[in-house]
Amino acid sequence: MKILPLKAASALAAALLSVSAHSVDITGAGATFPYPIYAKWADGYKKATNTGMNYQSIGSGGGIKQITAKTVDFGASDMPMKAEDLQKEGLVQFPAVMGGVVPVMNLKEVGQGELKLTGEVLASIYLGKIKKWNDPAIVALNAGIKMSDTDITVVHRSDGSGTTFLFTNYLSKVSPDWKSTVGEGTSVKWATGVGGKGNEGVASYVQKLLGAIGYVEYAYAKGNKLDYAQMRNRDGQFVRPDDETFKSAAAGADWAKTPGMGVVLTDQPGKASWPMTGASFILMHAKQDKPESGREVLKFFDWSFKNGAKMATELEYVPMPEAVIKLIQAEWKAKIKDASGKALY
Amino acid sequence: MSSILATNLPSVLQEESSAKGEPPPGRPAGGSALVDALFRHVTRLAALLVFSVLAAILFSLLVGSGQSITRFGLAFLFNPEWDPVKEEFGALVPIVGTLATAAIAMIIAVPVSFGIALFLTELSPPWLKRPLGTAIELLAAIPSIIYGMWGLFVFAPLFMEHVQPLFVATLGKLPLIGVLFAGPPIGIGIFTAGLILSIMVIPFIASVMRDVFDLVPPMLKESAYALGGTTWEVMWKVVLPYTKVGVIGGIMLGLGRALGETMAVTFVIGNAHRLSGSLFAPGNSIASALANEFTEAVGELYSSALIELGLVLFLITSIVLALSKIMLMQLAKQEGTRS
Repeated sequence: MKILPLKAASALAAALLSVSAHSVDITGAGATFPYPIYAKWADGYKKATNTGMNYQSIGSGGGIKQITAKTVDFGASDMPMKAEDLQKEGLVQFPAVMGGVVPVMNLKEVGQGELKLTGEVLASIYLGKIKKWNDPAIVALNAGIKMSDTDITVVHRSDGSGTTFLFTNYLSKVSPDWKSTVGEGTSVKWATGVGGKGNEGVASYVQKLLGAIGYVEYAYAKGNKLDYAQMRNRDGQFVRPDDETFKSAAAGADWAKTPGMGVVLTDQPGKASWPMTGASFILMHAKQDKPESGREVLKFFDWSFKNGAKMATELEYVPMPEAVIKLIQAEWKAKIKDASGKALY
Repeated sequence: MSSILATNLPSVLQEESSAKGEPPPGRPAGGSALVDALFRHVTRLAALLVFSVLAAILFSLLVGSGQSITRFGLAFLFNPEWDPVKEEFGALVPIVGTLATAAIAMIIAVPVSFGIALFLTELSPPWLKRPLGTAIELLAAIPSIIYGMWGLFVFAPLFMEHVQPLFVATLGKLPLIGVLFAGPPIGIGIFTAGLILSIMVIPFIASVMRDVFDLVPPMLKESAYALGGTTWEVMWKVVLPYTKVGVIGGIMLGLGRALGETMAVTFVIGNAHRLSGSLFAPGNSIASALANEFTEAVGELYSSALIELGLVLFLITSIVLALSKIMLMQLAKQEGTRS
């Protein structure tokens, strides 16, 4: 409510000031996970430059469809597109912001961040093989806690989501069993449990059902003070989800050598790395039919990388590291061109 | 889907009473004839519009689901698998969920609505009639998401703690029907969804029933009372037979809403693509699967399978309507032979 008059005022100011300077508003569509930060960047960018950015959070699948059909200036997807698909559609892909997925639960005997889990145990729970909280596999990891024999109620997302993709991608990496029976994707065939719509749906089921376990975006878990668990990472260390552990996961990744910069940051090496970290990606056409809007999109993300890190941290996202931003900019220069082959950035 | 049904229903209600065909002879000719003709064509256009919209919906559903239909064929209807990763899709779980929740809703809603309508028209003191009637109509105006949230946040926890254990301990122990009430109590599932749906459709059915009960000529009822009939006998043997077309129309309106309801069901059905014998287990309905999965359906076959689900729902509602029509015709036939 507070923002509204401000926006209206700035829009009015923009209308009064930019009589001669014609500004092109840019449009984007796609993933819902990064929507809050894109909206915040758009707001800041509008104030700084008078150029608006209109982002519709219609889902990653929709974002890919819309950019392929060229109805938007950029698309956004939580799941990186494969190199050959990028090639086929003539798209350039780069990461814009990162976040993490955390397991949350509703148990009387453990406090915030006390319970320790591994990827294998998490996979067994979600496969329906571990049914009680006092299963030997869980007890062995939590020596100091007396686990009760409460039934585990598994909660998953009912809608397709990038959060589910990161979660199932991680479980596929650590559990061969998971990989062969369920696999990875924005929606999968769950072996057990109930489905909640959106982070809020999963969170409300977990809060209502004693003995429930679910997974949500870190920003959501923190904002709503859900009890999360520690996870054992690839280096065998138990880590808590926060800014530092997400950054650590991003630091070790080989962005330069992965085609389309499509790194999925799950199960990354590093003593402090959170195992379920991931980036959200932007998709643009390599050959821009409307170079002026393509240029505006690049300007927008350039501005956001330079000025938007603090906003991202405030919203519990993780900004891209400096080194990765340099890589992204090099990618822009090398790949995004207008009809005559001139680089836009 | 429910809106399509709603536009169709008045025809079910009115067909018997309204006069069809050409205007009666002996009309004065001249300017008024032209107006009349114009009026007729405009109304015909409006009627045709409904048809063309229906045809267009059916056509786009068929085109959209083409890929899935050629890939899976009829087996789509009987396959319980729904695996987006391996791209294997079957509609059995959502079909069963849709029919089961709608059936539970009707089993609860029809008798309750009948009771409400009966009370309002026959037994209620006059000062209570108006506020009670308005209250029921107000229930119909509540957005479905409110019912869903209430179901999840208020009803499900209460149901899980107090009612479900009771059901599991009593009905769950019985042979044959025991399996319907088995499983751990989690508060959400097919049964809860059906219960919430019943609350949502009661206002529709009850207000239609009340309106048609009110249409019964007082002479008929008073004659029956004069012959010594009890209230129950008058309701059952005079009012109900007189109004059966409207009553069935109202029930169909409610059923249509129950079949197509999306948001409220999504909140409480559990959204799991798994077939289970127990009503307390989480399941899925067609409408809630569509609402959940359409936005992030990556890949053409996945979207196509979801659109085919929409087509299946379209066909289910058509079949339900056709059945109600046949039922009405059957009733009309019996009437001829009975007297």
